[in-house]
Amino acid sequence: MAEKLVVIGNGMAGIRTVEELLKLAPEAYDITVFGAEPYGNYNRIMLSPVLAGEKTINDIMLNDEQWYADNNIRLHKGKIVTQIDRRNRKILADDGTEESYDRLLLATGSNPFMIPVPGNDLAGVVSFRDIHDVDNMLDASKSFKHAVVIGGGLLGLEAANGLMNQGMSVTVVHINKTLMERQLDEPSANMLRRTLEARGMHFLMEAQTEAIIGKDRVEKVRFKDGSEIYADLVVMAVGIRPNFELAKKSGIHCERGIVVNDTLQTYDPRVYAVGECVQHRGATYGLVAPLFEMAKVCANHLAMHGIGRYSGSVTSTKLKVTGIDLFSAGDFTGNEQTEELVFQDAARGVYRKLIVQDNRIKGAVMYGDTIDGPWYFDLMRDDTDISDLRENILFGQAHLGDSGHGDDNRVAAMADTVEICGCNGVCKGEIVKAIVDKKLFTLEEVRAHTKASSSCGSCTGLVESILASTVGGNYSLAPHQKPLCACTEHTHDDIRKIIMEQELKSVRAVMDFLEWKTPDGCSKCRPALNYYLICQWPAEGLDDYQSRFINERVHANIQKDGTYSVIPRMWGGHTTPKELRAIASVAEKFNVETVHITGGQRIALYGLKKTELPAIWKELNAAGLVSGHAYGKALRTVKTCVGKEWCRFGTQDSTHLGIELEKLSWGSWTPHKFKMAVSGCPRNCAEATIKDFGVVCVDSGYELHVGGNGGVKVRATDFLCHVKTEDEALEYTAAFMQLYREEAHYLERTAPWIERVGLTYVKERIVEDTDNRKALAERFRYSQQYMQNDPWAERVEGIDEHEFKPMATINLNELKRVS
Amino acid sequence: MSAVMKQTDWIKIGNLNDIPRLGARVVETDAGNIAVFRTAEDEIFALRDKCPHKGGPLSQGIVHGKRVACPLHDWKIHLDTGIAVAPDEGCAASFPVKLEDEVIYLLPMASDGCPNNS
Repeated sequence: MAEKLVVIGNGMAGIRTVEELLKLAPEAYDITVFGAEPYGNYNRIMLSPVLAGEKTINDIMLNDEQWYADNNIRLHKGKIVTQIDRRNRKILADDGTEESYDRLLLATGSNPFMIPVPGNDLAGVVSFRDIHDVDNMLDASKSFKHAVVIGGGLLGLEAANGLMNQGMSVTVVHINKTLMERQLDEPSANMLRRTLEARGMHFLMEAQTEAIIGKDRVEKVRFKDGSEIYADLVVMAVGIRPNFELAKKSGIHCERGIVVNDTLQTYDPRVYAVGECVQHRGATYGLVAPLFEMAKVCANHLAMHGIGRYSGSVTSTKLKVTGIDLFSAGDFTGNEQTEELVFQDAARGVYRKLIVQDNRIKGAVMYGDTIDGPWYFDLMRDDTDISDLRENILFGQAHLGDSGHGDDNRVAAMADTVEICGCNGVCKGEIVKAIVDKKLFTLEEVRAHTKASSSCGSCTGLVESILASTVGGNYSLAPHQKPLCACTEHTHDDIRKIIMEQELKSVRAVMDFLEWKTPDGCSKCRPALNYYLICQWPAEGLDDYQSRFINERVHANIQKDGTYSVIPRMWGGHTTPKELRAIASVAEKFNVETVHITGGQRIALYGLKKTELPAIWKELNAAGLVSGHAYGKALRTVKTCVGKEWCRFGTQDSTHLGIELEKLSWGSWTPHKFKMAVSGCPRNCAEATIKDFGVVCVDSGYELHVGGNGGVKVRATDFLCHVKTEDEALEYTAAFMQLYREEAHYLERTAPWIERVGLTYVKERIVEDTDNRKALAERFRYSQQYMQNDPWAERVEGIDEHEFKPMATINLNELKRVS
Repeated sequence: MSAVMKQTDWIKIGNLNDIPRLGARVVETDAGNIAVFRTAEDEIFALRDKCPHKGGPLSQGIVHGKRVACPLHDWKIHLDTGIAVAPDEGCAASFPVKLEDEVIYLLPMASDGCPNNS
């Protein structure tokens, strides 16, 4: 029989946990939910737009009552749980309802803090916490004029903005010198204040409220200095306090919140707690992103998977006031050990400050243009060494060479018809509509529903910005430690480590050992696992063809009509009349529709039927042509110029080096495709500085460049080092490829990999540490002896014969005739 | 042809071991290809070899659980119904198949139940 789970609290944290649990173990529990409010579950962070008249209550409902019914969840709405009897594992509600539990989840949220001054209970004094408060404020705005908001923090300013939109004259009273002092420094706070003042909001700074005065209803607010202002409505927005009264009363250990461990269990292991009521490792949270992270881990533990750990959250904030862009994350004040990087353009209303310690971002404040907020936040959470980015970091990610999207960066100002995702043709309006209609919170959800950012990924930053500006910044950022895919909680790095330590040698063994959530993975994790296994154990012949994407399974590139392309290797871009004749004869014999010169100095044949491939390969093989691996996450080509052999400017024999590099590295599988080039002089005709590994020949030797990309997002290479001889160039190439092979995540190109780990790290491992470089190069060469077999020749000889033949042929017309 | 066949007759298309586990093979017909899939549990399914999204050949996709991922744009299709996994919408026609003593039989007539079947 299913165990009984009782959830106290029908808010975002509690229900998110239930949703996660239903995904993991739909049958594990018989679930009952108690909620004090008379509604289903709604999106509390969207109350500000409701108050501002930009959304309605219906817009922000997350789960209606039908959802509870559909999932066999008993919902007791409008009932307050008053007692937990832990000995008998029962709870009691104010209306006498009793419920027993096997496990209990506390998600009691927080209470608004009402400052203890006389008159704080008068009619017209409200907090800003739930639908009831919003209704009160909206009612007041219809018949009254003067509103006073006490508290110049995030919540207070959102309330003030909403009331102003409803036509009230609003004064914000703040006890400190600057607004939002927990998120903003002085310059950005002043910019914010000036903008709001220009919209007609009034401010009383450094004002301490002494009393709220009125007979039946509030009339005035009086301050410590004796001054008074008129008020028909007073909104208290000075902060929230975790609501843990019930837990404390039942003897569960509480300090500033309900104290929980990394699996979100309280001191009573049958009792879990999530959300704003929780104190975890000394911290309490009032934002939605941490709450989603907690929900995931808690659900995981409830489902008895027991592998998730919550290790606290780094949070970021945005203000949900239309037209004001503001972003804040981490420690934005700094200390003696930190430095500040500041960019300020008062005329444009743009301000950016980064707090940096030991070349790592510790905090960020942005005002006016926040497009790069998520990027800084990622760098901060990844603890990325930014020494190589410092020069341009304040100008944003676009200045690192994102040519794909030009100036289309101001997301909020974009028209709905602007195309965001060029791969799938998704416009801003469609994304916004999906986010609103389908109530999406995460990048993954937006991808699933709209396909935006699901192909090449170059618009991911834009989609995240649209998500942020649509749901108001407090959206759920992609979790920091990203699991490989939805089939597991483990990250790429964890999985690679475990494959090595546990000596796992098949996709099945990895899935069994790590308790995969799906029977045999998905199209995302299986190719990744297969690559990690081959990379770790090159000699053991572990390749699992059924876990390969079709192109790598049949060694040709699938095209949109289901036909294939064939691209033979042309070493270093060299070819011969004999090879050209063979290609021409194949093209004629097999009626090739298109013959095309590729960007990598090779010749491609398009429109071939799968069943013909072995016959085509046989003819190409006969002329000495082998697979060019143009279909694989593998070494693709080494592009060259003719170098000093012909060119009057050439400094070295670039073609020769290119051919040597290609002979060294062909056949190797890599996390993503890997391209090289060698240019014979700094004029760089082979475009070596946008390749994964590029060599630019100079008179004194060879300049080695890494991490370039000419595709989705143009990125010029970073300069690795200068070497004197070809042999050295070959050794560095092998070492660099092996480091990338061993440490990058599957489907991560060298460019994002280097941005993630930092060029400094790569230099440390390859340039400065000679022993390590030699060891890496040795491992690469060791692996290569097992990889350098032409896959075309193998298939001509009969490997995987079934791939290239139909299983059966049925003539339906024939059948009809005889029947 | 001596025996009288009807279109409703089961047609023998091959043996279980002709298809790799977690793989697929193609049955060619003059009305288009049919993809025949084999799961990890040796269950057999057959679908029109045409993704409802952009017509990609499903037989070339990665089989996982009772689903196949289309090789062109990674739509996931339920093998048993041919219906796209939500939130994608669409359906590839499915065909009855049966396995008797490791021999696979196919009825080359699409089952009903595929909304907007094409």
